[in-house]
Amino acid sequence: MLLKNAIAKSTNDAPVRQRIGQSQRRDRLFALAGLLVMAVASLVLLALLGQLAYDGIGRVSWQFLTSYPSRFPAQAGILSAWIGTILVMFLTALTAIPLGIGAAIYMEEYAPKNWMTDLIEINITNLAGVPSIVYGLMALGLLVYEFHLGQSFLTAGLTLAMLILPMVIIATREALRAVPPQIREAAYAVGATKWQTVRDHVVPYSMGGILTGMILALSRAVGETAPLITVGALSFIAFLPHSPLISDFPFISLQWLFDPFTVMPIQMFNWVSRPQDEFHINAAAAGVILLLMTLAMNALAITVRARFRRRIHW
Amino acid sequence: MMTQVEIKPVLKAEAEKLSFYYAGTVQALKSISLGLPDRHATALIGPSGCGKTTFLRCLNRMHDLYPGNRYAGTVRLYPDRVNIVDHTIDPIEIRMRVGMVFQKPNPFPTSIYENVAYGLRIRGSMTRSDLEGIVEQSLRDAALWPEVKDRLRDLAFNLSGGQQQRLCIARALATGPEMLLFDEPTSALDPTATARIEELVTELKQRITIVIVTHNMQQAARVSDYTAFMYEGELVECDRTEKIFTNPSNKLTEEYVTGRFG
Repeated sequence: MLLKNAIAKSTNDAPVRQRIGQSQRRDRLFALAGLLVMAVASLVLLALLGQLAYDGIGRVSWQFLTSYPSRFPAQAGILSAWIGTILVMFLTALTAIPLGIGAAIYMEEYAPKNWMTDLIEINITNLAGVPSIVYGLMALGLLVYEFHLGQSFLTAGLTLAMLILPMVIIATREALRAVPPQIREAAYAVGATKWQTVRDHVVPYSMGGILTGMILALSRAVGETAPLITVGALSFIAFLPHSPLISDFPFISLQWLFDPFTVMPIQMFNWVSRPQDEFHINAAAAGVILLLMTLAMNALAITVRARFRRRIHW
Repeated sequence: MMTQVEIKPVLKAEAEKLSFYYAGTVQALKSISLGLPDRHATALIGPSGCGKTTFLRCLNRMHDLYPGNRYAGTVRLYPDRVNIVDHTIDPIEIRMRVGMVFQKPNPFPTSIYENVAYGLRIRGSMTRSDLEGIVEQSLRDAALWPEVKDRLRDLAFNLSGGQQQRLCIARALATGPEMLLFDEPTSALDPTATARIEELVTELKQRITIVIVTHNMQQAARVSDYTAFMYEGELVECDRTEKIFTNPSNKLTEEYVTGRFG
């Protein structure tokens, strides 16, 4: 078809067509290379997961979930480990989340923009990249030796809280920053103070992002092993911590905070390092459970984000 | 370039030698002296970057939200002659008296009702029925009530652009401002929605002092009683709107309103 429009001139020009053809070939080549790289990455991951599931899934049973560790592989279980993981995560969340959100709100909304704030910001970003074993050493020196908190749940919870605190702060700041300045101006324009603006608008509207960040940070903490070994996790605990609820006044006991602890990855690490093959199977089974816990947390994060996204779209 | 401005009516606010500096260095307003007549609409016109929005945002201390900004001179708010740009005056106090409607509709991502009620909620205790009464009255004043009266709990984001802007006007009206600032309120709206907002401004100016920034000269001519023409941070001329558009005293104003530049 012949068009008189100068813009839609047909390209009869052979060299031009050749060059377009070349570009398109390069385009396809890159897409192919990208696909290949992605396939390698996901296949490796799938193979690892498949191997773990193949080894472990047969061992996962009610008995496995409700038994203490044992020197007989068939009688061993992960009761103290999964309860320990849940309690440690509870303590971690309880300390890291309020501290992290508070710090992020201060830095994003209140802190003056000067070199001091910049310095703190750079340091927080760097802290997020510090190897976890370093946090373990710090916790050993500070919490165990200096504060005499012992090799306890409290120490473990605080150690992991320190570890994820930078992540919590960074995720919260990102979420706060996503609230458009026009919304802040709208609040200020009707006479709101800074605190009212933050409390009534900025924080509620960024809650989806904040919660997602929290859950992802916790799902990182749930798999941490190195810092907990450093602060003295036990790998053979054949009893549960003291109950937080007691029959006498005041009905709540904090004794459990100072009990020795173990968590899932520690239990796995212990089983893997034993010579018997049966224990390796146990480790794989515990791995399956730990993986399910992490996946459940990630699923929760996705749900939370989707829920809040539906309500708020800028 | 400064012209002596002669305005007889009672003023609601009066800027005297008002200068403004963004983050210390750039001078955006150069010694502006301008009276804003009580219960009339004053339009601010001029080419992009002339400082009209900057001037408007001085009137409710919006510039205080960003560090490094500095005011010089005075803006008296009548009848009590409080100096709006005095740094010892709390900007919150000013914003309680001077409302603002922005260029792009910016409702909170909450319900229609909550949007209007928010300004009253932060002012403290009020009974539920009083609150409901004021919300309804504000929505009526913003000509939005008939469209939303059956869905006050709906999200404000589900309204159309023009409805959202009227909601923002209702939100500003709910707190009973003495002066209402409009920053190009129709630049993001279609002609029908624009006409409704203009109609609303014409009604509101019977009882509230209105200052409206606009890049649309027909709009200035339609809604305002007084027009101020600004150029490069200075006030060139301010007079009755008919005079500015038919027989301006300054050559620059004439060239601008006849479309020869800007």
